[in-house]
Amino acid sequence: MRTTSLTRLTLTAALALGLTGTAHAVEYGTLDTAASKVGFRYSQMGVTLDGEFKQFSAELHFDPARPEAASTTFNVPLAGIDTGSPEGNDEVKAKTWFDTATHPVARFVSSTVKPLGGNRFEVAGQLSIKGKTRPVSFPVTYTPGTPTASFDGMLPLQRGDFAIGEGEWSAFDIVANKVEVVFHLVAKPLAQ
Amino acid sequence: MTPRYTPTAIALHWLIAFGILASFSLGLYMTDLSLSPTKLKLYSWHKWAGVTLFALIVFRLGWRLTHPAPALPDTMSPVLRRAANAAHWLLYGLMIAIPVSGWLMSSAKGFQTVWFGLVPLPDLLAKDAALGDTLKDVHEFLNFTLLGLVAIHSAAALKHHFIDRDTVLTRMLPRALKS
Repeated sequence: MRTTSLTRLTLTAALALGLTGTAHAVEYGTLDTAASKVGFRYSQMGVTLDGEFKQFSAELHFDPARPEAASTTFNVPLAGIDTGSPEGNDEVKAKTWFDTATHPVARFVSSTVKPLGGNRFEVAGQLSIKGKTRPVSFPVTYTPGTPTASFDGMLPLQRGDFAIGEGEWSAFDIVANKVEVVFHLVAKPLAQ
Repeated sequence: MTPRYTPTAIALHWLIAFGILASFSLGLYMTDLSLSPTKLKLYSWHKWAGVTLFALIVFRLGWRLTHPAPALPDTMSPVLRRAANAAHWLLYGLMIAIPVSGWLMSSAKGFQTVWFGLVPLPDLLAKDAALGDTLKDVHEFLNFTLLGLVAIHSAAALKHHFIDRDTVLTRMLPRALKS
């Protein structure tokens, strides 16, 4: 009995030490796009609907030892937008919505990362959609792991700020102004 | 005095009849529109009307089961009476099945039904595009079956009134309309 507990204790200690050791050595730098998901939640006539950005790519750097030095440039090609219905998918590519012919990519470039305590961070930066750039900030929760870490968060935005939905769509009584971009990002360590 | 339907049954009959006529026409019209704010609004109204009618129909069915309809005239043959009875229960069945099929279609297509934009109905089906298309066909088929049956129902009521000259139509008319 005693030997078993001892072994277990030693194992736990070794594991704990080992994990702390890796956490300091690893810097995450590659987005695992297959394991990540970027969705959005919007509301139409009081009904909440879920959409998804099927395509995205990112440059990112995150060193758990120096989180404030983290940075990312996140690109979302809007041809890969899925609003939840085929009719909606055709519609949002139009000039009045994303005008994907002229502005094919939405981009977020981070400027600062502020620790909020624990594994939470406030990420601030510039969001560009449809030729308009606005400052945004949002909280992100970091979940350490080996070999991949994940980042979860929600970026609230007002579609009116980016002229997403013009003309007959510009009123917010049918399609609400508020859109929430919800993401689950999985990052792999930098290739060494 | 000849037996009449209860005032509640009469009110429910006509309220639901006009509700079905309105939401059927709306359903027929809205599906051919190209995507616009108006289309989204009309779809929501159609769904709200469907949920409202469903609630009224369930109440009406409960009323019908607890308040038997006045007997059909003796002048009708037993076969015709059985046919009339069957047609009425089929009408009730369709009035229940049609809003349910619409609700399920909406779920399968990934659009939750939120009554008047306030009361969310549970999504009984997970999103499934193929199932959504099948349910659309089912919803359409049930509606056109109802249309056919309502045509027969109305023709029969008029035949009772103008040819048989019995009280089958008038006993379902509001008292104020009774000549």
